[in-house]
Amino acid sequence: MADEIATTDPSTTPTEELDQLVIRFAGDSGDGMQLAGSRFTDASALFGNDLATLPSFPAEIRAPAGTLPGVSSFQVQIADFDILTAGDAPDCLVAMNPAALMKNFADLRQGGTLIVNTDAFDERNLAKAGYETNPLEDESLQGYRVIKVPMDELTKEAVKETGVTGRNVLRSKNFFALGLMAWLFHRPTQPTIEWVEKKFSKLPEVAAANKAAFQAGYTFGVATEATKNTFEVKPAALEEGTYTNVNGNTALAWGLIAASQKANLPLFYGTYPITPASDILHELSRHKNFGVRTFQAEDEIAGVGSAIGAAFAGNLAVTASSGPGIALKSESISLCFMLELPMIVINVQRGGPSTGLPTKPEQSDLLFSLYGRHGESPIPVLAIATPSEAFMTAIEAARIAIRYMTPVLLLSDNQIANGSEPWLLPDVDAIAPIEVSFATKANGPDGTFLPYMRNIDTFARPWAVPGTPGLEHRIGGLEKESVSGNVSYDPVNHQLMTDTRAWKVANIANDVPHLEVDGDEDADILVLGWGSTFGSIRAAARKVRLDGRKVATTHLRHLNPLPNNLGDVLRSYEKILIPEMNTGQLLKVIRAEFLIDAVGLNKVAGEPFKVTEITDKIMEMIK
Amino acid sequence: MTAPSYTRADFQTDQEVRWCPGCGDYTILASVQMFLAGLGRPREEFVFVSGIGCSSRFPYYMNTYGMHSIHGRAPAIATGLATARPDLSVWVITGDGDGLSIGGNHLIHALRRNVNLKIILFNNQIYGLTKGQYSPTSEVGKSTKSSPFGSVDFPFNPVSLALGAEATFVARTLDMDRNHTQEMLEKAYEHEGSAFIEVYQNCNVFNDKAFIQLTGKDERVHNRIDLEHGKPIVFDEGSKAVVLRGGEAEVVDSSSVDPKAILVHDESRPDPSVAFALSRLSHGPYGPTPLGIFRNVKRDAYDISVNAQVEAAREKLGPGDLNKLIRSHGTWTVSPSSPNGSTKGSSNGGSSD
Repeated sequence: MADEIATTDPSTTPTEELDQLVIRFAGDSGDGMQLAGSRFTDASALFGNDLATLPSFPAEIRAPAGTLPGVSSFQVQIADFDILTAGDAPDCLVAMNPAALMKNFADLRQGGTLIVNTDAFDERNLAKAGYETNPLEDESLQGYRVIKVPMDELTKEAVKETGVTGRNVLRSKNFFALGLMAWLFHRPTQPTIEWVEKKFSKLPEVAAANKAAFQAGYTFGVATEATKNTFEVKPAALEEGTYTNVNGNTALAWGLIAASQKANLPLFYGTYPITPASDILHELSRHKNFGVRTFQAEDEIAGVGSAIGAAFAGNLAVTASSGPGIALKSESISLCFMLELPMIVINVQRGGPSTGLPTKPEQSDLLFSLYGRHGESPIPVLAIATPSEAFMTAIEAARIAIRYMTPVLLLSDNQIANGSEPWLLPDVDAIAPIEVSFATKANGPDGTFLPYMRNIDTFARPWAVPGTPGLEHRIGGLEKESVSGNVSYDPVNHQLMTDTRAWKVANIANDVPHLEVDGDEDADILVLGWGSTFGSIRAAARKVRLDGRKVATTHLRHLNPLPNNLGDVLRSYEKILIPEMNTGQLLKVIRAEFLIDAVGLNKVAGEPFKVTEITDKIMEMIK
Repeated sequence: MTAPSYTRADFQTDQEVRWCPGCGDYTILASVQMFLAGLGRPREEFVFVSGIGCSSRFPYYMNTYGMHSIHGRAPAIATGLATARPDLSVWVITGDGDGLSIGGNHLIHALRRNVNLKIILFNNQIYGLTKGQYSPTSEVGKSTKSSPFGSVDFPFNPVSLALGAEATFVARTLDMDRNHTQEMLEKAYEHEGSAFIEVYQNCNVFNDKAFIQLTGKDERVHNRIDLEHGKPIVFDEGSKAVVLRGGEAEVVDSSSVDPKAILVHDESRPDPSVAFALSRLSHGPYGPTPLGIFRNVKRDAYDISVNAQVEAAREKLGPGDLNKLIRSHGTWTVSPSSPNGSTKGSSNGGSSD
C-alpha cells in the first residue's frame, strides 16, 4: 500500500534551497536509468517545477554489461523558474557502475554530488571501464561530495520478502537509487508509488519489490543522514493553467490525432520501425478508437506508398522515419508532389550519414529535406523547436498539406523526440478546424471533371476521392496537361506545370506567420536558429543579457517557404549567428537566399549545444 | 431497383491507347472492360493502380479511378488505399519486371497479408518499355540486348512464388483467351482478400511467340492443362492425366493409370502444397502447363481485420476524446492563489517513457 512508504524525513538533516538543479542518472543499459530518470522527472513535474530532459542511450539494446558503450543516461534540469534546456553540467550524478562514472564524471559540476553504487566497483568492472585503480579509493573524487552506497546488497535485503527471485532481485536497484534521490531532493514519493502500482498491477511481486527498494533508498538517506544537507527546488511560477509532462514523439502523435479530428478525416499512418521515430507508431497504434489506422509496412517505401494510397482515398495520410528511411521514401515523395495529394512526412533526425548515430540528435537533414528529391520538387518544410511544440506543428503541417494539396515535410530530431518538458495544455476545442472540401461535382464543360483545374487563391487542385460518382479520373507520375490532367509531353506545358507547382508552394509564404524577434531589437547581433537548438539559443541569450550585453534571437519554424519578413529581419542586424547541429546547412540557405554574410556555429557531436558554447560565440562576436 | 447496365464503352477513356499494334495488352484491356461492363457495378467503385512498364499504362485507359505510380510500388499504394477504404474494389496492374523484380517485396507482402486487392500480373517474360532486356521470368539462356551471350539468371515461376507467399487466390490465364480471362477476373472479384492472376501476355515486338506452346493451333491441344475444381486433371483430349507421386505432380498417359489415381483438382484445399506441385508441372510456358485457378481459400482479409480493430476499439473505449488524451499522462495545475504560484497536481498513473 502506498501509505506504508515514508514520505517525511524525521532526520535532522538541514535543507538547502536551490533555484535550479541538474541531475543525471547513469548506469548500464540494463540498469533502468531511463525509467529512474523519467520517474524523477514526472514527480518533479507534478510537484510543479519547470523542467527539461535529455535522455541518452546506446543504439544497442543491451551492449555488453559494464562496458563504456553500454552506458545509458538520463539528465533532467528542474527549476523554480522557466528554463529552456536540460542543463550543461549535472549538479548531481548517480553512477551505477565504474563505466557510468568514467563516461560521465567529467561533466559533473566542480564540487557536485556523486552517488555511487559501491557494489559494482569490483576489479572486473573497473577494468572494463578502463580504471587502473579504484577511483573510490584514490584521490580522483576529491573535491566532490561523494555518497557511497552498497546498492546491490541493500536492494537484495530490501526485496527479500517480496517474492522476486533470481535476476529480478537486482532489477529493482534503479528504484533504490530513485528513493535515495527522492530523499536528497525532497521529491514527492506518491506519484512514483502510484506509477509502480499501476504499471506492475499484473506483476504484484515486481511491484512490491520496486516499492520496497524505493522505500529502502529513501530510508537509507534518512537513517544514515547521507549528506550534511538535502536540497529543495520550489515549484516554478509558471503561466497559469493545466500542465502535463510530454516528450516530442508523444506530442507529435497527439498532434496528428488532433489534426485528424480538426479535419474530420481518418488518420492513416504508414511506416516502418526506425529509431528514433518508432515511438510515434507505438503511441498512435494505441489510439484506434480515434479512427486511427496504423500500417507497419514491409519497408520504408511501402510505408510512404501506403500513405499515398490513403491520401488518394481521402484520409489524413502520414508517414514517418529518420534520415536513412526518408532517403528511401524520396522517390515516392516526388510522386506525391506530382500527384498533388496531401501527405505529412515526418523525419525524426539522428546522426548520419548512413546508420550513423541512431540514438543521437543531429540537424543534418535540412538540405536533404529542402532539395533531396529528383526533379523540381520543392515541398513545404516545417521544423519543430521543442517537445511540446510538436503538437501544434503537426496540426499546422496537416493544414498546409490539405489546403495546398501537397506533401509536407515535418522535421523533428532525437532531442525533441525523447526530451520532455512541461506543456501548458491548449484549449483543444478552440483550435480552428482544418477545412476539407472534397470535390463532389464536375468542374468542366459537359459534366467533365478536370482534376488539375486549380483553386484561384491557393492554386490547389481539387481532391476527388474514389467512390464519388462522375468524377472518375486518373492521376500519375507522368507529366500532366494543365487543367485536364491528361498525360502530356508538351514542352510549354511542362514549363507551365513546373512553374505552377513551385509557385503554389512559394505562395504558402503568404500564409506563414511573420518571424518574431525575441530580446533586444536594438542589439548588434541576431542569433537565428531552427529546430531543437531553440532552448540552448534562448538560454544563451539570457545569459548574455545577464552580463549586460544586448542580443536578439529568432527561430524558424517554416524552412520552406521561409517567412516573408525574414530578409528584413536579418538585414536589421549587423551580425547574424546561426548555431546548428550540422556543418552549416541553414547558413548556406541564408547566404544563398539573402546574400548575407552570416556566421555559423556548428556541432555534430551527437549531443545538443551546451549553453556556454553559444554564449562564448556570441561574446566573441560582440566583444 | 434494376441494376444499371453498362457496356464496354462506359469503361473506356478518351485517351489514345499507346501500346504497340498487336500487343497482348489490348486483349487484356478489352477483357477487363467487358468483365466490368457485365458486372453491373458503378464505375466509381473501382480503382486501378499500376506501377511502371508497358502494362502499367493500363489505368489511363480505364474510365474508373486510377493511379499510375512508381516502378514496383503499386501493391503498397493499393494496400493503403484498400485499408483506408474497404468499400472500394482495388485492382493492381503490374508486369513481370514491375511486380517480380523491383516490386517483388511489396507483392509478396500484399499476398501474405491478404489485402483485398486484385493483382493482375502481365507476364511477357521481357522488359518492353526499356526496349528488350531479359526479365525475372525470362528463360535461362535468353539472348537480349543486355544478355548478348544468353541470360544466366534463373527465372521465377510467378504462380509458385504467389503460392509460396501463401496467397489465398492464385490463377493463371492467357491474354488471347478472353473467355477464360473474364472467368478468372470474375472469380478474383468474388474472392475476399488478395487475388493473384498471372496472365501470359505476348510481346510481339521483343518476345513474340513466347507462349506459342499454349496458343499455337497445333501445340495448344497437347500442352494446355485446364484446372477445373472438383474434376480429374486430364488434357490432350483425355489422353494425358496428372497424378501425384511422392508429393510431386506428374504427367502420365491416362491409359497407364487407374482412373481413381488421377488427381482431382481441389482449389479450396487449405494446404498449398498440392497447388504448388501443380505449379511445378512446368517452369514456364514450355510443355504441358496448367491454366485456371490453382488456389482459392478463405482467410481473413487484412483491410477487414484492420477496420474491425478500429471498430472494436471504438466500442470498448468509446470515440476518442482529445481533452482526455492530452491529460492521460497526469497533469498539474498552476493557479495564482497557490503558494509560489503553483498547486500540486495529481498523477493519473500515466507514464512518459
